[in-house]
Amino acid sequence: MKRLLVRIPARDERPLSAVPRWIPWLLVAAVAAQVGWQGARRANAPAASDLPAAPSAAALRLASFGETAALARLAMLWLQAFDSSGDNAIPYQRLDYVRLTAWLRAILETDPRSDYPLFMASRVYAENAEPQKARRMLDFIFEEFVRDPNRRWPALAHAALLAKHRLHDLPLARRYAAAIQRLTTDPTVPSWARQMEIFILEDMDELEAAKIMLGGLLASGRLQDPDERRFLQSRLEQIEQRMKDARSGAKR
Amino acid sequence: MHRAIATVARYVLVEARRSSLPWLTLTGLLAALGLSGFLSQVAITEAAALQASASAALLRACAVFLIAAHVVSSVVREANDKGLELVLALPISRPAWYLGKLAGFACTGILIASAFALPLMGWSKPADLAAWWIALAFELAVVAAAALFFASALGQTVSAIAATLGLYLLARSVSAIQAIAEGPLASEGTGGKAAGWVVDAFALVLPRLDAVANGNWLLYGAPPAADLAPALAGLAIYFVLLAAAGLFDFSRRNL
Repeated sequence: MKRLLVRIPARDERPLSAVPRWIPWLLVAAVAAQVGWQGARRANAPAASDLPAAPSAAALRLASFGETAALARLAMLWLQAFDSSGDNAIPYQRLDYVRLTAWLRAILETDPRSDYPLFMASRVYAENAEPQKARRMLDFIFEEFVRDPNRRWPALAHAALLAKHRLHDLPLARRYAAAIQRLTTDPTVPSWARQMEIFILEDMDELEAAKIMLGGLLASGRLQDPDERRFLQSRLEQIEQRMKDARSGAKR
Repeated sequence: MHRAIATVARYVLVEARRSSLPWLTLTGLLAALGLSGFLSQVAITEAAALQASASAALLRACAVFLIAAHVVSSVVREANDKGLELVLALPISRPAWYLGKLAGFACTGILIASAFALPLMGWSKPADLAAWWIALAFELAVVAAAALFFASALGQTVSAIAATLGLYLLARSVSAIQAIAEGPLASEGTGGKAAGWVVDAFALVLPRLDAVANGNWLLYGAPPAADLAPALAGLAIYFVLLAAAGLFDFSRRNL
C-alpha cells in the first residue's frame, strides 16, 4: 500500500516571521475586499430583453470547432438561463419568442439528434400563459417534428395535449395527433402514441392524459435520464396541484 | 524600496523590449487585422463592423496569451538560470523584487494593450475605443499578476501557463455558469444545491472579466462611466489580491 502512495515533497518554507508584517495584512484586506465587492455585485441571470438575435446554424457549427454535440447542449444551458433569475415568479414569460424559436432552430440544426431543444420547447417554453407565444412554440415543434418524426414524436405528443388543455384548440390537437399516427414508422413508437387521437377526443382531464402519457413514456423505456424523469414527475405534480386548486376554487 | 521597485520594473521593460515580444505583438497584430480584413472582404454587409469586432476579439485573446506566456517564461527562466539568487544577493528585498516585477509586467501589458488599440481607431469612436483600451490594459495587468503568481509558485512553464489561462477562462465564464446554476430548472437535490454553492464560492474569488473589454463596445458604444468604473475597480482589487498572495508566497519560500 505504501508503494502506491505518491510522496509529495514538502516545500522548503521559511517561518511566518520571515514574512514582512504588512504582507499578511494586505492579503487579508485584499481577500475581504474581493469577497465583499463580488458579493455585492453578484451576477444575476440575464433578463429576457437581453436575449440576442440567434446566429445561423452554420455560425454555431463554425464556433463549435467540430464539437457540435457539446456546443448544442452548452448553448441550450446558456439559453435556458435567460429570464430565469431567482426573483422572477414566472420564468420565461417575457422572452421574445421570435428570437427564442430562432435560437432553438439553430441549435437543433447544429445537432439534429439532440432531444434537448424540443424537450425545452414542449415542456417549458410552450407552457407560456400567453396563447400567441404558446402557439408559436407549438408551430415550431410541429415544423421540426416533420423533419424526423420517429425521433421527435414525444415533443409533438405533449404539444397535442397542450393544444387541447391549455389552448382549448381541439382541431390543432387532432392535427398533431394525426401527424404522429401518419408520419411515425418506427415500430418502437408505442401504440398509445400512434393512437393519440383517442386521448384528444376522449373527455379526460389534463392530469389523466398527462399521467397516461408519462406512464407510457416510462414503460417504453425511452426515458432513461434520471433528471428527465424527475423533471417530468415534478411537472406532473404541478399539474395535479393546479387541478386541485381549480377544483377547490370551483367548489367555493 | 521605491527606487528598487522602479529599477526592477525598468529592467523588466528592457527585457521585454529585447525579447521577441515586440515582434510577436506585431505579428499578432498583423495576423488579426489580416484575418478580420479577409472576413470583411467576403461579407456582404456590415464589413467595417465585422472587421472591428473580429479584430477586437482576436487581439484581446492574442494579448492575453502573449502577456501570460511572456511573464511565465521570463520568471521561470530567471529562476532556472539562478538569476533570482543573484538579484536577491544584492541589497534588494524580496517584496521590492516581486513588486518591481509586477509593475514591469503590468506596464508591458499596458503597452501591448496600447499597441493593439491603436489600429482600431479607424473603426470606432474615440471615447468607445478609449474605454476598451483602458479595460484591456486593466485585464492584461490582472493576467500578468496571475501569471507572475503561478510562475513564482509553481516554477514550471507549462503548469503556470495552464493555470493562468484556466483562471482567465473561468473568470470570463463564471457569471454565465452562475446564471445557469441558479435557473428554475436546475436540479433541486443535494448535488444541485452543492454545485450552486461551489459556483457561488468560485464567483466570489474570481474577477469579472466578462464585464470588461468587450468587442461590442466598439460597435454599439462603451458602457457609461457609472457601470465601467465599478467593473474596473473590481479588477484593481483582484490585482492587489494577486499581488498580496504572490508576495506572501514568495516571502515564505526558501530559495
